Amino acid sequence: MNPTSASVAVSALPGGAIPAQAARTGKVRIIDAVKYYGAAGTGVLAVDHCTFEVPAGEITVVVGPSGCGKTTLLNAIAGFHSLSSGSIYLDDEMLCGPGKLKAEPGPDRIVVFQNGALFPWKTNIENITFGPMMQGRLTRAEAYEKARDMMADAGLRGIENNYPGEISSGVRRRVEIVRALMNDPKILLLDEPYRALDSLTKSVMHEALLEIFYKNRVTIFFITHDLEEAIFLGHRVVIMTTRPCRPKKILDIDIPHPRDYSVLTTKRFREFMDETAAAVHEEATKAFAAGEKER
Amino acid sequence: MSETDLTKLPINTLLDRSDQMSSTAVAMHRLSLWLASPRPYLMMIGFGLFLGFWYLSVEVWKLPRFAEMPGLTTVVSEWLSKNPIYGLSIFVDEYYLHIWVSIRRIAIAFFLATAIGVPLGLFLGWSKRFKQFVFPVFELLRPIPPLAWVPLAIVMFHGSETPVIFLTFLASFYATALNTMLGVQSIDISYVRAASCLGAKRWQIFRHIIVPGALPFIFTGLQISVGVAWFSLVAGEMVSGQYGLGYVINTSYTMVRYPTIIIGMVTLGIVGYVTSAMVRVLGDYMMQWRTRELALGGER
Amino acid sequence: MNAIKGFVLKTISFVTGEDFWRGIVAIIVFLLFWETGSRSQSWFGVAFPWVSQVPAPTAVLQEMYRLIQDPSFWHSAYLSTLRVTEGFLAAMVIGIPLGLAMAVSKTFYGISFPVFEVLRPIPPLAWVPAAIIFWPTQELSIAFVTFLGAFFTIVINVIGGAQAIDVRYFQAARSMGSSTWDIFRRIILPGTLPSIVVGATVGIGITWAVVVAAEMISGGGSAGSVGGAAGGGLGFFIWNSYVGGSYTQIVAGMISIGMAGYLSSAILRKIGEWMTPWLAEG
Repeated sequence: MNPTSASVAVSALPGGAIPAQAARTGKVRIIDAVKYYGAAGTGVLAVDHCTFEVPAGEITVVVGPSGCGKTTLLNAIAGFHSLSSGSIYLDDEMLCGPGKLKAEPGPDRIVVFQNGALFPWKTNIENITFGPMMQGRLTRAEAYEKARDMMADAGLRGIENNYPGEISSGVRRRVEIVRALMNDPKILLLDEPYRALDSLTKSVMHEALLEIFYKNRVTIFFITHDLEEAIFLGHRVVIMTTRPCRPKKILDIDIPHPRDYSVLTTKRFREFMDETAAAVHEEATKAFAAGEKER
Repeated sequence: MSETDLTKLPINTLLDRSDQMSSTAVAMHRLSLWLASPRPYLMMIGFGLFLGFWYLSVEVWKLPRFAEMPGLTTVVSEWLSKNPIYGLSIFVDEYYLHIWVSIRRIAIAFFLATAIGVPLGLFLGWSKRFKQFVFPVFELLRPIPPLAWVPLAIVMFHGSETPVIFLTFLASFYATALNTMLGVQSIDISYVRAASCLGAKRWQIFRHIIVPGALPFIFTGLQISVGVAWFSLVAGEMVSGQYGLGYVINTSYTMVRYPTIIIGMVTLGIVGYVTSAMVRVLGDYMMQWRTRELALGGER
Repeated sequence: MNAIKGFVLKTISFVTGEDFWRGIVAIIVFLLFWETGSRSQSWFGVAFPWVSQVPAPTAVLQEMYRLIQDPSFWHSAYLSTLRVTEGFLAAMVIGIPLGLAMAVSKTFYGISFPVFEVLRPIPPLAWVPAAIIFWPTQELSIAFVTFLGAFFTIVINVIGGAQAIDVRYFQAARSMGSSTWDIFRRIILPGTLPSIVVGATVGIGITWAVVVAAEMISGGGSAGSVGGAAGGGLGFFIWNSYVGGSYTQIVAGMISIGMAGYLSSAILRKIGEWMTPWLAEG
């Protein structure tokens, strides 16, 4: 697929354009994960015996009220925080578990942050080439060539030498995702990446994310508190209880991929919304009553 | 064209084009805006009132106390005179010698303070253990104003040059180190995490995230640092020292060359302003990402 | 009751914490280094550069013990404190209204701010001789220079604070029918208070630095002495100790100045916290 046709909207993709060879890597298993903050006994329980699986080559969306502890879970997978007990596996390799409660951060699991973490002091292309250059995997020339190709592919041509502060926040998110994909990660960890965007930009970002996913088939672990976003994007939706967080309901969304925004008005989509809205609302009410603050 | 299509256009067509306007055109445009606003005229009124009051109170009305002061015309004519009555004007070499001596001391002290203060601040902010061991001593010494070190500095260092430079250094050093430390602590943890995700080692994070991330605070610190450097230098030169603008002001007082005091003060103000402007320009140059962001109105 | 319990718990966890012990270790190492360094000549026969010229901490401690029983030392401290207070209060009384006026009125800002900015880069101490010529007494000229030290900082902070107030507060107040005076009193004044506190805390630090130097320059420097042997304030006290060759007194004086400056900042910070309770983090 050449870059020009890549910049056509997702809706133009023919139905069967999904690459046949679905990725075999990026499966994450979370087994009986527990996270305490503070001293045992007096501390706060953030994650309470969580067990679920993120299938390889699929999008798994975790939905829960703000501050429920879902980010804690993501941080444990990424290696920013330790677990108190339990274990997490990536493709049968233990990331953290008994004897090693904190995973090592690494380029096989890349986080896209809530407020964006493009380095403002580096140009977009310097940001995108940061990973391979730091790891010493590619030479500067190779990295720049790959970055240019990937940017063109994602419709990001012409901003290579701009700083992130000079482009719109929607474009920044796309640059950040390209920066992650440069490292051929096994899994992308997205921590409410579209939270700060307005709903119009958000809808465009959703389709762009799906397009990237169809092209790369990278496993995605996506956190949000927006149920609609979750059902629209996810193969699998995990609804979390309010703090301490634990899966309340796990749904497999059987709306066929590739999806576009026409999905939102289908009967099946509304049925999923109806099925889950009550559960999510109940947890949100509990969280509100408990006076949870943003964490 | 659907909404989706629009966002997929090459992004640069949506960017502000102001960066392609020539800088002279931008400057001219800004100047005409400025002249069209009331600001330059209010400014003239302000300076008119200030200078007018100085002139009238000292030289025309001869108000009590004011009459003792050197008047505006006396100072200006002395400053611009080819044969100054009290020995110092823009046509006298010695005038530039004093300026040079002061600037040289500032430059040495500022350079030392930056060379020691910035790395120290970076490590204080970066390593918790380093901070636990070093910061208490730093905080123990900091409340003592640099100027209170004057007599001890004279005792500790021989000659008259080193004590003055030491005092100037000390004031700058605290400001630089402290602001650098705050700069490191102000860095969003997400940047550090993102870098470690992308495979950066600890040292690479230090070089690519910590140092540039702290830069805005470092330059705030350097701005303060130049300011307090002049502050201490003047005190140092007034108490001990040979040559320099502080020395000019003090000796002009004892030798009853009152207009020269004012010349010294005005010169200090100008030179002080120029040095801090130089630091600002250097900062803008080193932090282009910030300048460009702000030029676009800083959507963030 | 709860507050006391909270305080006790906090103190206990601080004293038992890593921060505290590493800090103690650091300070002890520093003092040992200082003691060894200043006695290096007599202990090892080799003078450690610079530090050997500084009297040892134990000697300074003895000197301080002697000084706190000496009324003339306390008189010096009193004089300096008095000057700091005078200059600082004058800077607050003149600086706050001036800063507010500049922030509120665009015209006044346009007229006065450029003049203010031209005077600001002149270091306060450069004003000492001019102040001595202008003011009838030495006391007033020192107070004036002290005033200048805090004045510029306070004004700049007040302007910055008032200009940073969110426009929506004004709009909200207007829509609820507030008069201009109400807006000034209920929004601008409290909105500026945090930056006034910051300006004051920084300002009093500068004030101590200026007072010490001004006392040295006008009393101990070339301007001729005033007020007798130990009557010129702490700055004059350390200068006089230098002239008299009593180096332990210099260091003891420096430490007293440091403590005085630290204390006054701490007091101002406390007052600031009490005046801006909405800033307290839970």
